[in-house]
Amino acid sequence: MSKTWWKILGSILVLYSTIGGLLIGVPRLAILNETIRNLYFHVPMWFAMITLFSISVFYSVMFLLRGKESYDIKAVESVNVGVVFSILGLITGSFWAKFTWGQFWSFDVKQNFSAIAILLYFAYLILRNAIDEEQKRAKISAIYNIFAFPMMVVLIMVLPRLSDSLHPGNGGNPGFNSYDLDSRMRAVLYPAFIGWSIIGFWIYTIRFRIRNIENKQQHN
Amino acid sequence: MQLAKEVKYLIHKEVLLEWRSKYTINGVLLYVVSTIFTCYLSFVSLGDKLTWNALFWIIMLFASINGVSKSFLQETKGQQLYSYILASPAAVLISKMIYNVLLMLILTTIALGFYILVFGTYNGTNLLMYYLAIILGAISFSTVFTMVSAIASKAGNGGMLMAILSFPIIIPILILLIKLAKNAVDGLPWDTSYDEIGMLLAVNAVTVATALLLFPYLWRE
Repeated sequence: MSKTWWKILGSILVLYSTIGGLLIGVPRLAILNETIRNLYFHVPMWFAMITLFSISVFYSVMFLLRGKESYDIKAVESVNVGVVFSILGLITGSFWAKFTWGQFWSFDVKQNFSAIAILLYFAYLILRNAIDEEQKRAKISAIYNIFAFPMMVVLIMVLPRLSDSLHPGNGGNPGFNSYDLDSRMRAVLYPAFIGWSIIGFWIYTIRFRIRNIENKQQHN
Repeated sequence: MQLAKEVKYLIHKEVLLEWRSKYTINGVLLYVVSTIFTCYLSFVSLGDKLTWNALFWIIMLFASINGVSKSFLQETKGQQLYSYILASPAAVLISKMIYNVLLMLILTTIALGFYILVFGTYNGTNLLMYYLAIILGAISFSTVFTMVSAIASKAGNGGMLMAILSFPIIIPILILLIKLAKNAVDGLPWDTSYDEIGMLLAVNAVTVATALLLFPYLWRE
């Protein structure tokens, strides 16, 4: 029980935010209408991605300090899961854009920079494929991972704020928080943040264990 | 104090080596000039300020990738060992970065001159601000590409990895630079560009700081 409580918590929170997100009342706003419910799915994806990439950077730092192989596997697996979440975030975002901005991909700054940030992590994965020697691969990719992380933060969070964007919270637009996120929405959104992050972490631990077993089989 | 001495010595070494062969500077210069000339032959005249600005930065991007990536990719094992015995990793990195900034400053200045000669300028361009954008560009290209070329050179196969690894990192910086330069071409007052200038300085500070922290791990095998 002590090992599974957080998995149960994560499942309950995600279930609650999915069902509650579709049923609980939302503010009526022009243009947004019912698509505002996408907030409960779109934003938590990015939140989970940031969580996973932060875990990855943490283990990359730990690898450089300690040099244990398992840290390297943890770093790469959390990137693998984080990339999936980022793609989900991009997809939910473009669906939302279809119904509010008119197009799936309108080359908005936020969309472009998010795509580039994902490229950053694809580059990390390609860098890993380019090196054969295990220790060397672990060290160099850890260094690139740490070097790329601040750039990812700049790309996703800072740059869109400086330019004209349709996305809420960017280009002088007010964020959702300031005018229309009422207490009913908060009651679903914040559990969704925590729930999806836990689910992402759970997937990552499973992937890590699979990789660990595979590695052991290879060495035998 | 020791660090400053080592950095000074290493920069001296780099400049001396370059001065003897003059390979990088002449090579990249020829590259820039022939690219600009090719662009001139294919575009004949650039329609608007936007294209004028974007084309210049794209040429600069590829020129600086070619110029700066030489710093680690073209070093032999023996040369690396030599500076490893001689100096601390921080000194090696800082000296390379400063040397590359100097190299890029000379190159971009000449390139801008030639570009203006070929394509002309627009009325009301704030050349001083444009030159500031170029200085900031030289600094940011050098810092980022120096570190990435160090990573790529350790990873073994240089050229392609260099492009894959550096493009996503340089794009945010390039966008800021293009925006700043666009403000200059449009002749906007200085206070409209403080955001971009501050942002560029901040990004550079972060890059240099992380590079300095990480390089010692990359350096030792």
